[in-house]
Amino acid sequence: MLKPKGLLFDVTLCIGCGACYDGCKQKNNLPKTNQNFLSDHLSANTFTVVEQYGNNYARKLCMHCDEPSCVSVCPVGAFSKSKTGAVLYDGNKCIGCRYCMQACPHKVPRYEWGKTQPRVRKCNMCDDRIKDGKITACAEACPTEATLYGDMDKLIEIAKKRIKENKRNYYPHIYGLHEAGGSHVLILSPVPFEQLGYTPNLPKEPMPMLTMRAMEKIPPVVGVGGIFLGGMYWLTKRKNQIAKEENESIKDLEKHEN
Amino acid sequence: MKTDTLLKFTFWRVIAVVIIVAGIVSTYYRFTKGLGATTNLSDAVPWGFWIGFDFLGVGLAAAGFTIAATVHIFNIHRFEPIVRPAILTAFIGYSLVIGLLVVDLGRPENFWHPLVMWNIHSVMFEITWCIICYTTVLILEFAPVVLEKFNLKAPVKLLKKISIPIVIAGVLFSTLHQSSFGSLYLIVPGRLHQLWYSSLLPVHFYISCIAAGLSMIIFESYLNTRAFNTGLRLKILSKLSVVVVIVLVVEFLLKITDLLLSGKFNYLVTSSMETSLFYLEIIVGTIMPVIILGSKKNRENKSWLFIASVCVICGFILNRMNVSITGMVSSSGVNYFPSFDEISITFMLVVFAMIAFRLVVQYFPVFTYSEEKVIEENGIAETKKLITGE
Repeated sequence: MLKPKGLLFDVTLCIGCGACYDGCKQKNNLPKTNQNFLSDHLSANTFTVVEQYGNNYARKLCMHCDEPSCVSVCPVGAFSKSKTGAVLYDGNKCIGCRYCMQACPHKVPRYEWGKTQPRVRKCNMCDDRIKDGKITACAEACPTEATLYGDMDKLIEIAKKRIKENKRNYYPHIYGLHEAGGSHVLILSPVPFEQLGYTPNLPKEPMPMLTMRAMEKIPPVVGVGGIFLGGMYWLTKRKNQIAKEENESIKDLEKHEN
Repeated sequence: MKTDTLLKFTFWRVIAVVIIVAGIVSTYYRFTKGLGATTNLSDAVPWGFWIGFDFLGVGLAAAGFTIAATVHIFNIHRFEPIVRPAILTAFIGYSLVIGLLVVDLGRPENFWHPLVMWNIHSVMFEITWCIICYTTVLILEFAPVVLEKFNLKAPVKLLKKISIPIVIAGVLFSTLHQSSFGSLYLIVPGRLHQLWYSSLLPVHFYISCIAAGLSMIIFESYLNTRAFNTGLRLKILSKLSVVVVIVLVVEFLLKITDLLLSGKFNYLVTSSMETSLFYLEIIVGTIMPVIILGSKKNRENKSWLFIASVCVICGFILNRMNVSITGMVSSSGVNYFPSFDEISITFMLVVFAMIAFRLVVQYFPVFTYSEEKVIEENGIAETKKLITGE
């Protein structure tokens, strides 16, 4: 059995060398998209970026949510959650409605706008490598262990320990532990996360719950609605019929009287 | 007089041809060059004008189910003359939306995937199925009109027998997907502006489509009377407008209560583009028509009815565009405006829809009751013939 895996990215350890960026490009056979990796951004050909905020460097990539919005919103189930924890995408199923891009709380999925048969593109946490027993290309490339790959429970432990033992260096929050219901990418930072461009104030509840609360009302609406409409049809028809019969009998009476 | 109409028609015909030619060229580019080259959509704005327009097409077609329910389920037969125009409007509206969806999909050749690849947690999946089912219902509801024309009696008889279950199914499918268009946005609390985001979005969408759909019938009937002199009786339209006012007031109260209860009063008093658009939407789409239709004299005046219906429709269009485009601008950080190709393809489909409506109305008995014809208000025998009308 594979234990759920994940990545821990520690901003305080990142030196902004771009090894993860290059490693990811190489592993996924992605073409060069920018002269300077620090000014690149996520795109159909870039699954992870390193952004500079003063002295800090912040990685952006798919967060691999526990209960991903993309998996829940996709009408054809092109997204799925792998046993490894990665969120995977199957371009053969995709119809290109782009609801995943609209719904993602981290605004991660990118589209091949230039192609006539476009796909959604994003990090898949090197799912093939993991299944071969390797670690992700970005974690392997990282010279400072700013990106750590491992079992989720161990990563959470490490993250908590770092914050506890070095209160001065860390902003006391593990980004990704509870954001949007929790994800398989955890981030530690010396400063509040919105200063590094991470989406702030995400609800702790998984995003798909927002939709489920409406969707679960569908069966009762159909059931009650169907019975109500059927009943109303029968009732109003009956009412009209009685009214008509009464009308006729009154007419009959009038005839008799005449 | 005659040259007048001729000139007018020629003018509009030229415009129509220009729009269609432009639309065809744009469609060609859309399919050969891809979405990136022909639209202003981007990773920051994955949904644009086309999705917004889909909301309009489906919403304005809402009379299809409300009127069918009123007449066939609630047996209120005085609205019977509206059934056919309403169903035709709905069918054409839905065809337009399906056409536009295919253009909008990144992989249109995979459009059939939702039929075999299911994800029952997806609102989009539910909408797809409802639209397919409801379009089928609409075809069945309108089929008798076509069949009668060619004097095919057996299928008409069969359709009459199953008409009530069909109508009920139509109402249920409509209720689900009209509201689900709002549910699409439930999962983006951080993106849609707070003036429009609400956990009640599906309810707002449902109620507002009823008023808009009915107004669309008034609007069409007015234009149709001008063109063919076979519109609907004023009496019916003014009764319809009473329903419109009631629905508008209910939606208004619900919206305001919802905003206040969820602590969004501050958004109403800050000055921003969103706030102005919100007020514009409320003033044009709700306050103006309620004031106009509030007076009985106006309700019995064709022109005022028409103006009020235009107001409701404009307010509705604003609302849907605000939810799908302008309400998302500040969070996406990109100023999106549809490209020429996006607009021209949409306009082409609208022109097709108008031509289709006109042709069907001209050759099939859609507006079957003229001004003089009077039907008994409770006359069952006369109006029992359900969808088939006469």
